[in-house]
Amino acid sequence: METATVTLAARDLVKRYGDRAALRGVSLSAGRGELVAVIGPNGAGKTTLLSILAGIQAADEGELSILPKGIGWVPQQPALYGKLTVEENLFLFARLERCADPRATVDRMLDLTDLRDRARDQVGTLSGGNRQRVNIAIGLLAEPEVLLLDEPSAALDPRQRARLWEFILRLACEGTTVIYATHNIQEADRYASQLIVLADGELLFDGVPRDLEQEVGTTGLDFEEAFVEFLHRRGH
Amino acid sequence: MRWLLLKDLQILRRSPLLVALLVLYPIVIAVLIGFALSRGPEKPKVAFYNGLEGKSAVVELGGDRIDLAKEGQRLFDAIDPVRVDSREEAIQKVKDGDVLGALIIPGDLATNIQSSLKPGTVEVYYNAEDPAKQQYVENTIKSQVQTANGALTKRVAKEALQLLDLISTGGQYTFLGQDFDVLGLQRAETILTRARRELPAGSPERAELDRVIAFGKLARQNLSFSDDVLNVVGEPIRVKATTLDGGTTSLTSFAVALAVAVSLMFITLLLAAGTLALEREENAFSRLVRGLVSRTGLLTEKAGLAASCSVLVCLLMMAGLGLFVELDWSRFPLWLAALAVGALAFAALGLAIGGLTRDVRAASLLAFMLCLPLAFLALVPSGAVAPTLYDVIRAVSAAFPFKPTLDALDAALNDAGDLGGPLLHLAALTAAFGILSRLALRRFA
Repeated sequence: METATVTLAARDLVKRYGDRAALRGVSLSAGRGELVAVIGPNGAGKTTLLSILAGIQAADEGELSILPKGIGWVPQQPALYGKLTVEENLFLFARLERCADPRATVDRMLDLTDLRDRARDQVGTLSGGNRQRVNIAIGLLAEPEVLLLDEPSAALDPRQRARLWEFILRLACEGTTVIYATHNIQEADRYASQLIVLADGELLFDGVPRDLEQEVGTTGLDFEEAFVEFLHRRGH
Repeated sequence: MRWLLLKDLQILRRSPLLVALLVLYPIVIAVLIGFALSRGPEKPKVAFYNGLEGKSAVVELGGDRIDLAKEGQRLFDAIDPVRVDSREEAIQKVKDGDVLGALIIPGDLATNIQSSLKPGTVEVYYNAEDPAKQQYVENTIKSQVQTANGALTKRVAKEALQLLDLISTGGQYTFLGQDFDVLGLQRAETILTRARRELPAGSPERAELDRVIAFGKLARQNLSFSDDVLNVVGEPIRVKATTLDGGTTSLTSFAVALAVAVSLMFITLLLAAGTLALEREENAFSRLVRGLVSRTGLLTEKAGLAASCSVLVCLLMMAGLGLFVELDWSRFPLWLAALAVGALAFAALGLAIGGLTRDVRAASLLAFMLCLPLAFLALVPSGAVAPTLYDVIRAVSAAFPFKPTLDALDAALNDAGDLGGPLLHLAALTAAFGILSRLALRRFA
């Protein structure tokens, strides 16, 4: 997968918490404008992988062999100040990101998230979906080449999820590489151009979703059933 | 970092109830503690029957006139007198529980004292319903009666001295309106010596006169020691008060230092712990430390915010207290130094608490629960507990910033002791808790 368009690559990442190995030699790469879904059962190492890619924690072994100019990080829980307005949150992080023109950047994000009419509302009063859009907008303030999303649609209703994915797909179309961890297998099947399957910190699969279905080889199963069968065959 | 500071101030501005509680609660607690410490118990109600009323209460001793009514007035500064018309009424009031005690001055008090033959006696009755108050009334009355006794004894001794001087040297004496010329031992000795010279040597009369002269001389010499003896009798125990430790701060001034230290502790601890825990509660910590702000920078911002806010509130509080208590404003730079260094130490402790807890509620609760025990530990006086326990209390107090902050504020406000020592102590605690809070942040993300 490593081509001229690769924006992020990691090799043989290992992370241990005491005696427990959270990641066991995981490698991956992602190209410009790609949507990479990281799926796996609970405790598979998805959040650990994303937090290492985001630079929040360091790997015990392995390396990030190709690093983009900027990586936007969107944690699972919105990392926002509920007492500040949408605009104030965006301004704060734009200034901390040392954006050249914070006003212009905030305006662009308000347009991008369709939240201009809620700009003066305190974030604590927004719906979960709108909070997540602000959360993602903050991850995009520094115009990163790669955006990392940890469970972006968790706790959203179907309508909010649809609007969120519309927003993410638009970002990918504009060239942003999006890597997202999710428990929602249908979202991985529907939106991902590349699928990474982790279980117990081990990389079980790296390819397009169709390849995973083919590998299972059982007809008549939907993608979620195929994924479960895949894990079962791999002993998980 | 300034944007984070601005953000925290915006959040505080949007939480008026929280800020009001954060500021008012510690001030109320601090003022109450200060008030409780500086104010003595209320004056006890004591029934007072004055049998001297309408009679002369003046006693003449040693040429001095002592007005017993005036001497007794001092007692009324310590009690709330309920005047009654008879001894029986005073006793009944005690029995009925209307008063905590009764003080009865008999009508013959002045006469007895004047006669010097019988001691003057006052009667006191107590209501033992409340042992603490009974003790207080008893001590108050005893103390005042002892003071009056002391004054009278000095005057009795003075009169005795004058009489002895008359016996020794002779002179004029007035008794019952008549003047008497008292010969005195000195003058008698002169007359006897002159008479002796006129007697023939070896006569038996001369030998007898020699014995009388020798006795007079010996008596006069011994009487000269009586001045010192009677002076001691007049004031057998003198009090020479020397303060060895803790300076010379009055209770009210100390209460101001205490009230300010308590407020400083509450506000700084709660703000520092709360604002740091908020970063975690809002999930913003991991986002911030991804290169936007260093962990140390984040701690510095929180400490600066908490310390600045608490110092400002405490200065306003001191300005308010200054309306009621005399404060030496020329020492303002020292107040500021004590407040700032104390606030930084409390901020460092608050950050350690904020770093160890997972949310604002837990951080606030822990900070709150720590505050009052720290304050009370620092106030346990020596002698109140066993020496070993007191050493433990001192060691625990020294490990937290309250005691050194109180010492620093007392020194800065009241010139009570050394200021440099407590400031250095606080600086060391700031460093220690700063390191602890930095380590605590490792488990924060």
